[in-house]
Amino acid sequence: MTMAVTARNLVRRFGEFTAVDRVSFEVPAGSVFGFLGPNGAGKTTTIRMLCGLLAPTEGEAEVIGFDLRREVDKIKENIGYMSQRFSLYADLTVRQNLEFYAGIYRIPRAKKAARIAFAVKMAGLTGAEHRLTGELSGGVKQRLALGAAIMHEPRLIFLDEPTAGVDPASRRDFWDLIAELRRQGVTVFVTTHYMDEAEHCDRLILIYSGRKIAEASPRELVTDIIAGTMLEISGPPPAEVVARVEKAPLIKQAQIFGLVSHVLIDNGADATERVRALVREAGWPEAQVRPIRASLEDAFIHLIEREDRRIAAEGGRAR
Amino acid sequence: MTMSLLAAANLRKRFGDIEAVAGIDLQVEPGEIFGLIGPDGAGKTTTLRLLVGLLDADEGEASIAGLDVHKQPDRARELLGYMPQQYSLYGDLTVEENLRFFADMHFVSRADRQERLARLFAFSRLEPYAKRPAGKLSGGMYKKLALSCCMIHTPKLLLLDEPTTGVDPLSRRELWEILYAFAAEGVAVVVSTPYMDEAERCHRVGLIHGGRFLLTDRPQAILAGFDEALFEVLTDDYDGARAALAQQQCALRSYPAGDALKVACRPGAAPETIGRTLTAAGVAYRSIEPGRPNFEDVFLSRVEVSA
Ligand SMILES: Nc1ncnc2c1ncn2[C@@H]1O[C@H](COP(=O)(O)OP(=O)(O)O)[C@@H](O)[C@H]1O
Ligand SMILES: Nc1ncnc2c1ncn2[C@@H]1O[C@H](COP(=O)(O)OP(=O)(O)O)[C@@H](O)[C@H]1O
Ligand SMILES: [Mg+2]
Ligand SMILES: [Mg+2]
Repeated sequence: MTMAVTARNLVRRFGEFTAVDRVSFEVPAGSVFGFLGPNGAGKTTTIRMLCGLLAPTEGEAEVIGFDLRREVDKIKENIGYMSQRFSLYADLTVRQNLEFYAGIYRIPRAKKAARIAFAVKMAGLTGAEHRLTGELSGGVKQRLALGAAIMHEPRLIFLDEPTAGVDPASRRDFWDLIAELRRQGVTVFVTTHYMDEAEHCDRLILIYSGRKIAEASPRELVTDIIAGTMLEISGPPPAEVVARVEKAPLIKQAQIFGLVSHVLIDNGADATERVRALVREAGWPEAQVRPIRASLEDAFIHLIEREDRRIAAEGGRAR
Repeated sequence: MTMSLLAAANLRKRFGDIEAVAGIDLQVEPGEIFGLIGPDGAGKTTTLRLLVGLLDADEGEASIAGLDVHKQPDRARELLGYMPQQYSLYGDLTVEENLRFFADMHFVSRADRQERLARLFAFSRLEPYAKRPAGKLSGGMYKKLALSCCMIHTPKLLLLDEPTTGVDPLSRRELWEILYAFAAEGVAVVVSTPYMDEAERCHRVGLIHGGRFLLTDRPQAILAGFDEALFEVLTDDYDGARAALAQQQCALRSYPAGDALKVACRPGAAPETIGRTLTAAGVAYRSIEPGRPNFEDVFLSRVEVSA
């Protein structure tokens, strides 16, 4: 399998502070690769390094076959990047924005009209090329920004929180575009806070405090990495249930979930029975306990809490 | 009849041709978290602004602890905390200075102030960042500070407009934990969100669309009442499958769910029907499994029924 990105022990420090700490991974060409992590985890810093916008303090990377240290200009020419901060000019029209990007990417005159038309169509703005970009809705603006970022037909595109602040219907439309790019063989490297979007990725990595803490497919992340069973406890008041059971050695995670509570326990044949017993002993014999499917968000939180405990055990400070 | 903490009847608000809120009835009790759930433009913000008394209703009324929000706005407002979607704190004031500023605005006495700050710090876990300028906080921490500022005068009712939009999963869970802690102290909470997956975190929800409730009930009751047959199809020919199912009117609708295609059919439909339709259209599939309903399924189904 060819790799669109190979990163080996990437480090980026800002003064004393290590924003990215020995991160390694490989992104298979043609895949949609999800880069997850809470705010401040180091996602944007990593992307900016891979795009050649920020020099790594240590480590190496190859991006679409070019060396990050020696061939940075080649990388910049051959990738697309949609930054987290917005990249279109609000006071320019749709067409003016696209012409501006066509210039930046040095699109040959013969191809320019077709590429602009492509981006306009992708944003669903055919016939509205003269509208001011600032007046477009958030979802349409993001589609236009994506169109601008791929005008030069890159084989790899980095999308940094492309759907932040976009409503759910527009997010679905945006992911249809990502699926379309994938079908055309484009590699998509994307960060998101939305776990329903992460489910659409072929592969995920989770970073936290600058370190990689997990790498798997979405399915593996909820089944293997969690390595436990999620149970729903209904009947007694969830706040009281959580307070009573969260310290029990059996329980890996407990949380209120509306009118019920969710607990995560280690896998085992009698796991459900043991939680039933725990709840019974706590004084709620009538409570109902049933296994449910863990979500990607559960896995995400579980991994971060585990890392927090590990950092605390090492005497470090979490977050 | 006992009076609900928040009671609204037949609220209506029109902007020109748009009926933004088209007859909303709502009661919320102390300690209850009510979710106002719907997509952009559904009428969530307008409803909240009517409830807070920031906007005059064309029809209907709203009261908080029996005080009419229009006739006695000042007294009603003392009882509520409102967090708009775009909440502006003072970016160059620190976390603690912001809290003190809002305490002064609400005439919180010096004697009470220290204790309330300590309490809000305990909820929000923001104490280690007390000296950081608000403008330098991450999105999630900023929202927690905004929420704390709305709670500084210990209101009995909290109205939050999309507090979790755009925050990371960890901060989102923390925000919900804070809401549960307030609710446990008897605060009534109305929270709006466009994320269907947050419905189950609420005690009761109203699914809002076109300024009306499609449904209001306990989340468990809503899911239990969903009667369409759902399936998850694994296939490599995703578009082919969607097209075949739509054409044969076998599916009411289909959409991506993780790596599967989720297919909703009329109540009682059998998986064999889907298998036959796909095979007839020459679409290969790996498996067809029963799917579980979530709030997105319910919402889409109800929107069709109401259309
Ligand atoms: N130019 C910079 N100078 C100093 N610190 C920075 C700089 N850029 C990022 N950081 C810090 O590095 C960490 C990682 O930031 P970032 O990569 O933006 O995270 P994410 O995109 O995952 O939210 C944060 O603590 C951030 O404050
Ligand atoms: N001040 C206003 N003037 C005109 N139309 C408005 C105004 N406020 C809201 N609307 C319209 O009312 C409808 C409901 O809007 P809103 O309450 O903001 O929905 P939500 O908060 O659910 O996104 C939308 O169609 C919106 O465009
Ligand atoms: Mg970032
Ligand atoms: Mg709104």
